[in-house]
Amino acid sequence: MNLDINGKTFQIDADPTTPLLYILRDQLQLNGAKFGCGLGQCGACTVIVDKQPVFSCITPVSALQGRKIRTIEGLGTLENPGPVQRAFIEEQAAQCGYCIPGMMMRAQALLEQNPAPSKSDIRRYMNANLCRCGTHMRILRAVERAAAFVKDGGKGGTAG
Amino acid sequence: MSAAPGSLTRREFLTRGGALIVSFSLAPRILAASPQEAQNIGKEPVKEPALPGSLSKAPLLDSWIRIDADGTITVFTGKAELGQGIKTALIQVAAEELVVEPRSINLVTADTGRTPNEGYTAGSQSMQDSATAIMHAAAQVRAILVALASQRLNLPAEQLTVHLGVIRGNDGRSITYGQLVTGETLHVRANPQSPLRDPKTRGVIGKSMQRVDIPAKVTGRAIYVQDLRLPDMVHARVVRPPSYGARLISIDSARVQKVPGLLRIVRNGSYIAVVAEREYQAIQAMRALAQGAKWEERATLPQPADLYNYFQKLPTQDYIDLGGAADIALGPGSITSTYRRPYQMHGSIGPSCAVGLSKDGIVTIWSHTQGVYPLRDALAELLKAPPDRVRVIHMEGSGCYGHNGADDAGADAALIATAFPGRPVRVQWMREDEHAWEPYGSVMVSTARARLDGSNITEWQYEVWSNTHNNRPAPAGQLSPAWAIEPPFTPSAPKPAPLPAGGGNRNALPIYKFPNARVVHHFVPGMPLRVSALRALGAYHNVFSIESFIDELAAAARADPIDFRLRHLDDARARDVISTAAERFGWSQYRRQRGRGRGFAFARYKNYAAYCAVVLEVEVDRESGSIRPLRVVAAIDSGEAVNPDGMRNQTEGGIIQSLSWSLYEAVTFDTTRITSRDWSTYPIMRFSNVPETIDVHVITRPGMPFLGTGEAAQGPTAAALANAVADATGVRIRELPFTRSRVKAAVGL
Ligand code: FES
Ligand code: FES
Repeated sequence: MNLDINGKTFQIDADPTTPLLYILRDQLQLNGAKFGCGLGQCGACTVIVDKQPVFSCITPVSALQGRKIRTIEGLGTLENPGPVQRAFIEEQAAQCGYCIPGMMMRAQALLEQNPAPSKSDIRRYMNANLCRCGTHMRILRAVERAAAFVKDGGKGGTAG
Repeated sequence: MSAAPGSLTRREFLTRGGALIVSFSLAPRILAASPQEAQNIGKEPVKEPALPGSLSKAPLLDSWIRIDADGTITVFTGKAELGQGIKTALIQVAAEELVVEPRSINLVTADTGRTPNEGYTAGSQSMQDSATAIMHAAAQVRAILVALASQRLNLPAEQLTVHLGVIRGNDGRSITYGQLVTGETLHVRANPQSPLRDPKTRGVIGKSMQRVDIPAKVTGRAIYVQDLRLPDMVHARVVRPPSYGARLISIDSARVQKVPGLLRIVRNGSYIAVVAEREYQAIQAMRALAQGAKWEERATLPQPADLYNYFQKLPTQDYIDLGGAADIALGPGSITSTYRRPYQMHGSIGPSCAVGLSKDGIVTIWSHTQGVYPLRDALAELLKAPPDRVRVIHMEGSGCYGHNGADDAGADAALIATAFPGRPVRVQWMREDEHAWEPYGSVMVSTARARLDGSNITEWQYEVWSNTHNNRPAPAGQLSPAWAIEPPFTPSAPKPAPLPAGGGNRNALPIYKFPNARVVHHFVPGMPLRVSALRALGAYHNVFSIESFIDELAAAARADPIDFRLRHLDDARARDVISTAAERFGWSQYRRQRGRGRGFAFARYKNYAAYCAVVLEVEVDRESGSIRPLRVVAAIDSGEAVNPDGMRNQTEGGIIQSLSWSLYEAVTFDTTRITSRDWSTYPIMRFSNVPETIDVHVITRPGMPFLGTGEAAQGPTAAALANAVADATGVRIRELPFTRSRVKAAVGL
């Protein structure tokens, strides 16, 4: 089976019922998506499939043939972070950071659908993702800042 | 910390630094061989003053700081990054005293093979312990290097300046740190006094610095132990018992053998685990095995509806923490209130994980434990191996907020890796493992009584019932996997933690001045549910109780709650955080809108650490019972602030987490099993209900000891919430959490 991840095609050999999360982490060695609950309750595993944020822990790979999958590794790199990543760094929007990749992917999906979200749009959209460190205020500010970056032309570019 | 930096002038600093160095450079080898003797050359043997911070546990300077010939500076800490930003603050402290750029410092954190033993990273102690040690070690290292440069350049120390790792003479010649350090240079015992830099000349400390760990975290680098992939690594999962003390009767291994990739079923008594090539295969095998496993369970848990009664009837050990044996005669006009707090969990977003490797007679465990050395000792006992055959290396995990499943996952990795030697084994807990098996924060009950004379509290009596707040390993009996193996280990008898830090009685002593006060700690050894350290320990409940009660007394005295507190408080720093928070909130100009209210609370954490005041405005919907936190203002004084933005980040986090505990959280159970097994059965705060704004004001005290920040907001936030709800509704709620149903029952229309 072939999967299109961050614009590259990967040949996958796995039981088709395997959730995408384990393929990303275990086989493709992508760390961004995290295991949090495996139940679709926390959002730590959030990735973007086509235009939608998706819980990769409950999405079997069989459902993903021919779809475009994106993870935070596709948003930018340590050397050249993308707008959402820069916004999270500038707002210092992390404590342990474990929830943050999922937060960034949900934020990315929001900004692609709605480049100028209001504060309440952001809260509503981000509500699916949990953070236990209480970094919420900074995450909300980071999403606003990312929206401003995108509006300014979003130097640093987003892959995918 | 004994040696707070004074305000030395530059000249004093140089002379003191110079004098210090002479003794070092006279006899570094003797010092290394026999530190006690060398310290006392030419003097009467005297008892040494204590070394600052963790230097007292690891007094050699090169345990903390090493400098290579190429100038590379490596700083070692026994503390671990838990998401609190400690790495950044420690780098700042070292850079300040070494007078180098923060980015030129390479920091090595908790590793039993490399770093000093600093016990646990807990109790908001890392700044006091490790930052203090590193600050002093760095100052002493700098002084040694200046003295060596003075010899090499043949210039008096006063004619040398230090900047970015280069020591320059006033004649233009210079020499680098790297050129000065040879093998033994820093292998010397620290002195009790250090030539600390003048706080007025700070370049790095006190300036917000971006956290060094965040860029890698937002770009998907392998940071967490969950991300560790060693060559040839395999995956394991444990089939956890369905309830405490459940005994395994039988398994059906035939149905598991079919799972592709299965490498091994590990069974030891009631402990069962599977090892597979791939992670999802391990999960499938674990599920198949769990389905066919038969257990004998016992109903050992209390009736949930009767929890508080049951708990208060358990046998206690009673300690009078303040005052005399007899109850205080409260007489007419006295007020009594009882407060309750349920079991609450850490609820880390990432379930616990560890990687273990048993190879060539050494067991290596990568773990997000809070204490690499204590865990090493516990694992050595568990495996019946000498401690030097076990190495524990810290890697970050998801935020833990205390003793969660981290150490137990380390035990899983140790048990499974030794049963499957030669290849690294990664084991991660499932969500239900973490929810049902982590040790919770203890259920607590307290009763406060006081008598008012006009606007003054004349009598005060406080009693608190609590389990222990520390069941950390070692010994091995504190690790839940060790309970299931044959022969099993049993947990050690719980002990109350002594004051002033305390456990269930942390912050049980009032910080206010009352003419007559008595505090009793009813320590409950019996633990129907597994408990251990959760952020702030008993301070969460005690501050919730005391600060709620103070508001009740203020109301009875018809006094403003803040004025009322100040009347009973003489600590100037306490008064400062209180008035800062009140002013920034606009306390005196506040105009109450319908359905809204404001609440204030304050505590000095442990009564000797950080000062924190919280003001909170809420809106209460009487019809549904739902509470919406609107606006939070906090002020915090943790001594000298090293990274103010880091302190704000932690304090904002503490406020939101405490709001989550206080609004929603209680572990549920039936008489046999824990029934809070995921986020739907144990809901926590979501974006939809976080406050609109949280403003944290950092008060810094240059030159004053570091006091730590991480746990200071937990108690004040809970009490400020209770006080705001009382202000909004006129009804006092004394049982946590403030769920909709509880609030509706109390204030509903
Ligand atoms: S890990 Fe996928 S939603 Fe929690
Ligand atoms: S930053 Fe730790 S869970 Fe969100």
